[in-house]
Amino acid sequence: MALLEVENLEISIVTGGRWGRLLPVVRGVSFSVEAGRTLGIVGESGCGKSLTALAIMGLLDGPVVRITGGAVRFDGQDLRALDPGDRRAIMGNRMAMIFQEPMTSLNPVYRVGDQIAEALRQHRRMSARQARDRATELLDLVRIPDPARRVDSFPHQMSGGQRQRVMIAMALACDPGLLISDEPTTALDVTVQKGILDLMRDLQGRTGAAIILISHDLGVIAETCDTVAVMYCGRIIEDTDTPRLFAHMSHPYTRGLLASIPAVDRDTEWLEAIPGRVPPVGAALPGCAFHPRCAFAKGPCRDSTPGPTAIAPGHVVRCHFPQEGGA
Amino acid sequence: MLAYTLNRLLTLIPTLLAASVLIFLFVHLIPGDPASILLGDAATPEDVAELTRALGLDAPLWRQYLLWLGNVLRGDLGTSVFFREPVLAVIGDGAETSLLLAGMTMFWIVLFGVPVGIAAAMRHGSWVDQLASGGAMLFASVPTFWLGLYLILIFAVGLGWFPSSGFPSLTDEGGVLNLRYLVLPSLTLAAPNAALIIRLIRASMLDVAREDHVRTARAKGLHPTRVAIRHIFRNALIAVTAAFGFTFAALVSEAVVTETVFSLPGIGRLVVQSILRRDYPVIQGVILIVVVFYMIVNLLVDLAYARLDPRVSLK
Repeated sequence: MALLEVENLEISIVTGGRWGRLLPVVRGVSFSVEAGRTLGIVGESGCGKSLTALAIMGLLDGPVVRITGGAVRFDGQDLRALDPGDRRAIMGNRMAMIFQEPMTSLNPVYRVGDQIAEALRQHRRMSARQARDRATELLDLVRIPDPARRVDSFPHQMSGGQRQRVMIAMALACDPGLLISDEPTTALDVTVQKGILDLMRDLQGRTGAAIILISHDLGVIAETCDTVAVMYCGRIIEDTDTPRLFAHMSHPYTRGLLASIPAVDRDTEWLEAIPGRVPPVGAALPGCAFHPRCAFAKGPCRDSTPGPTAIAPGHVVRCHFPQEGGA
Repeated sequence: MLAYTLNRLLTLIPTLLAASVLIFLFVHLIPGDPASILLGDAATPEDVAELTRALGLDAPLWRQYLLWLGNVLRGDLGTSVFFREPVLAVIGDGAETSLLLAGMTMFWIVLFGVPVGIAAAMRHGSWVDQLASGGAMLFASVPTFWLGLYLILIFAVGLGWFPSSGFPSLTDEGGVLNLRYLVLPSLTLAAPNAALIIRLIRASMLDVAREDHVRTARAKGLHPTRVAIRHIFRNALIAVTAAFGFTFAALVSEAVVTETVFSLPGIGRLVVQSILRRDYPVIQGVILIVVVFYMIVNLLVDLAYARLDPRVSLK
């Protein structure tokens, strides 16, 4: 059994007050992750990948955006059925999240050691002394030099890369079985990115955690993930293992994403881009959400939404005319 | 921190000098002659001229200023024309009342304002929030003289729980129990100020609640109350500190209406009455001391910032 199973997840925005209309922004999202494996979720800004992550984590409990359908099962337990106290006992403990913005995701008024210790004191009932020692160990684990001194640093005394390492240390504090990582390297320099990704892979080897890596960068995904789910307009439109995805990309959108990465070995004058724009959130578009931007769109694409089709074992595409051959 | 404090205290000197010139000029610009006010309608012009000379008010203005400044530097704020007592003693009596009143008012503000503000922010949009925000709006709008009179009517005249007016010094008979004289006035003053603090805490907390680090705190599985206090309120406090400081300073010096309603011998009423009496030395002395007081409160607010926000460094 997979550690995390997401089935038919639907997330909606509530418009116009408490009894207003529900606007689904993530629809029919299903995937699973096994312990020790890494799932990549890739897509443009606004495709719903971050919302999906927040929903799994249990951070979508506000009045405006909420889960309106489907199931999230963690270790066989339906997370949506848990009461808030039991849910919090999992958060930051058996399931942890690394956020995109290392500069703003740490509280500026507390020392980083205390912020790491907070989860340990909450879930492991450690004393202040024990938690501090463990925080120092964790800083060492994420390769922050001189951890015994840095444990007393404030976030503003650290660089972006170091802060992201602190975020990782914080997420790893209670040895989570599942680590959700939302664009962990996007805000960082390329040289620092590599270090963070290596660190995450190394730590996964040690702890056997399952990782969900969210990124808009197919390059990062190719390097780190075992399986990939490509999202567009709130749906997963292509889903398979990483080697197969790069060998047999089938959805025109996935191909467009790959084509828009500038290649260093080609003399490119123009950056390839997918024409058109992402439709506005909740736009009632008949047919395939990608058809206005798709070079291969024909009649059926405008009329009916393509269902998930397995074009090969373990390779599912939502497209009326999946493309053949390598990208 | 010590070096910073000393440095800040030194910069008070030029500011005070500038303030002293302004104070002196403004006070002497008030139309009306202290000697004739003191002597009343029946005084002859000769009497008035003699008293004017005796008070030293016949000398040129710059000479009067230098004389006053010289005395102030020696710690002598002069003698009240009206009370015939040293100005420092006159102010001292008022300062006791005003500081105790402001202190007790701040106590109510913190006691009621902080929890209600936090509750309103935590239950943002709910009936708790609407009740708190509506109540705050009401109390911020009610005039203090009206609220003061009603408190007297209910708790002093009706129920007889508290005295309605005056304030004997803590050193007089009754000792600390004399503080009961300040309960109704401090509640009167606290109402509009607590209302402002409630609204400020609520607004600042809602601002902080949108910040990314609050999401990180929630992702740790912390209890919502812990997130609200330790991660939202604690950070919002940085913005609220200045308001606490200036509310306190204003309470000491500007509680004229409340002091009048409750016949309290405070600083605010002392200034107003001294202006009516053209008691130049007292007016000058009070304003000078209030200026110093504001500057010290300002300094304390800055020191508090540095304690609350590690990103602020004192240089």
